[in-house]
Amino acid sequence: MIIVAGTPGAGKTSVMTHTIKQLVSKGNKPAVVKIDCLYTDDDTRYGKLGIPTLVGLSKDMCPDHFAIYNLEEMAEWAEKEGVDTLIIETAGLCHRCAPYTENSLGICVIDATSGPNTPRKVGPFLTSADVVAITKGDIISQAEREVFRERVLEMNPKCTIYDVNGLSGQGCAEISEEIMEAKDIMDLENEELRHNAPLCVCTLCVGETKVAKKHHRGVLRRIDGFTKYVGE
Amino acid sequence: MNIEEIKIIGGFNKCGESEKVNELVVKRGEIFGVVGPTGSGKSNLISDIEQLAQGDTPSSRKILVNGNVPDVEMRRDPRKRRIAQLSQNMNFLADMSVEEFLIMHAKSRGMNSEGIVDKVVDLANQLTGEPIKKDYNLTILSGGQSRSLMVADVAVISDSPIVLIDEIENAGIKKHEALELLAGCGKIVMVITHDPVLALMTTRRVVMRNGGMTEIIETTEEEKEVSQRLSEIDSWMLSMREKVRHGEKLNLKDIETPVVSGN
Repeated sequence: MIIVAGTPGAGKTSVMTHTIKQLVSKGNKPAVVKIDCLYTDDDTRYGKLGIPTLVGLSKDMCPDHFAIYNLEEMAEWAEKEGVDTLIIETAGLCHRCAPYTENSLGICVIDATSGPNTPRKVGPFLTSADVVAITKGDIISQAEREVFRERVLEMNPKCTIYDVNGLSGQGCAEISEEIMEAKDIMDLENEELRHNAPLCVCTLCVGETKVAKKHHRGVLRRIDGFTKYVGE
Repeated sequence: MNIEEIKIIGGFNKCGESEKVNELVVKRGEIFGVVGPTGSGKSNLISDIEQLAQGDTPSSRKILVNGNVPDVEMRRDPRKRRIAQLSQNMNFLADMSVEEFLIMHAKSRGMNSEGIVDKVVDLANQLTGEPIKKDYNLTILSGGQSRSLMVADVAVISDSPIVLIDEIENAGIKKHEALELLAGCGKIVMVITHDPVLALMTTRRVVMRNGGMTEIIETTEEEKEVSQRLSEIDSWMLSMREKVRHGEKLNLKDIETPVVSGN
């Protein structure tokens, strides 16, 4: 199982499209699930590759959470389709989640033009990834590319970094190799996340729209860092 | 590892036809030119070399170093990278100071950053008019300042045996000094240029057309002479440019005796 996460517009689908072509040419049979919030036409893009494709729209729920809740369904579907590799591409919202599980291959796609401070801001979807694919490096200078890469390594020293080009597909052959070598999940029932989801659930998560403090319950954190629990 | 030569094995042009030049070897100490109209694939050729492409780019070219396929680490890890590239993309997107950026870059190349910031900034300021200060934010630098900073960065931090330069003439910096600084001694230098002065400073040049390498031209003795004279005209132009830049007025006398006599 491969879980792909990344900032919006970083080129996840383009990178995966090229990677999937490589996989197919190597005799691997992949299927792909695209998790998005409100809208996507990426299923038609993936569909053109002639592989089983499924879309999940999380609506007002965090797409990463939605992906995690539906892992078993997706795995069952992939099994029925008789595929070797299940690729789950999740849209992500706040990037405080890391949708990767212990035994999946976690691929983070990140855009070099977002500036070298971005790796410090995005959180566990980058810091707990196995593979980091850096896109759009061709439109910045070599020095900036190297500084970006250094920042990624500062945040996640163990990851393998690939410079990829979503347009030409350069670098995707290496990513397909990583996928071919990824281990299988043997026991999905006991599979765990690599990193816990951020503190939740708060009153806002379940639909409260009033902003005043007295209306809120659950784990509340003040701006000075003081955290308390309000409720039964 | 000493890099003695790089070999470019031709791939395909934009129409999918094999490149007319199917092998090109550039040796240590050579300054090699790349010429051709806009859109002819010059930058892609430089980019193939920078990535040490192995048939995995749209052109399907392969790059050999000292006759061998370079190992994966050399392709991937900037600390082991032996190639410095000055691309046309000179707009800084990094929201940090010049100093912070240079220290990070030195770190990414596995260098000790002590004293390096002053060295790079001083060098950059020799190439550009309005001085750069190390506490400036990168994003406020002008085109000329950014380019000078990058040239100095390549000369000091990315100091590599292979240097690739994409159109150095565009940003109003002292191009001769810049090229001399970058070429150093015993490097392999490839320079994309439309500028006849720079083009004739090279020993050979490859002509690009429609995404493919079509011809290799050796710089003739006559061309070297042309280069010399063009260079004189160029510095004459430059002296007037400097006058205008510093708010002086030009008069007809300034163009009476251009040094184009040859001796």
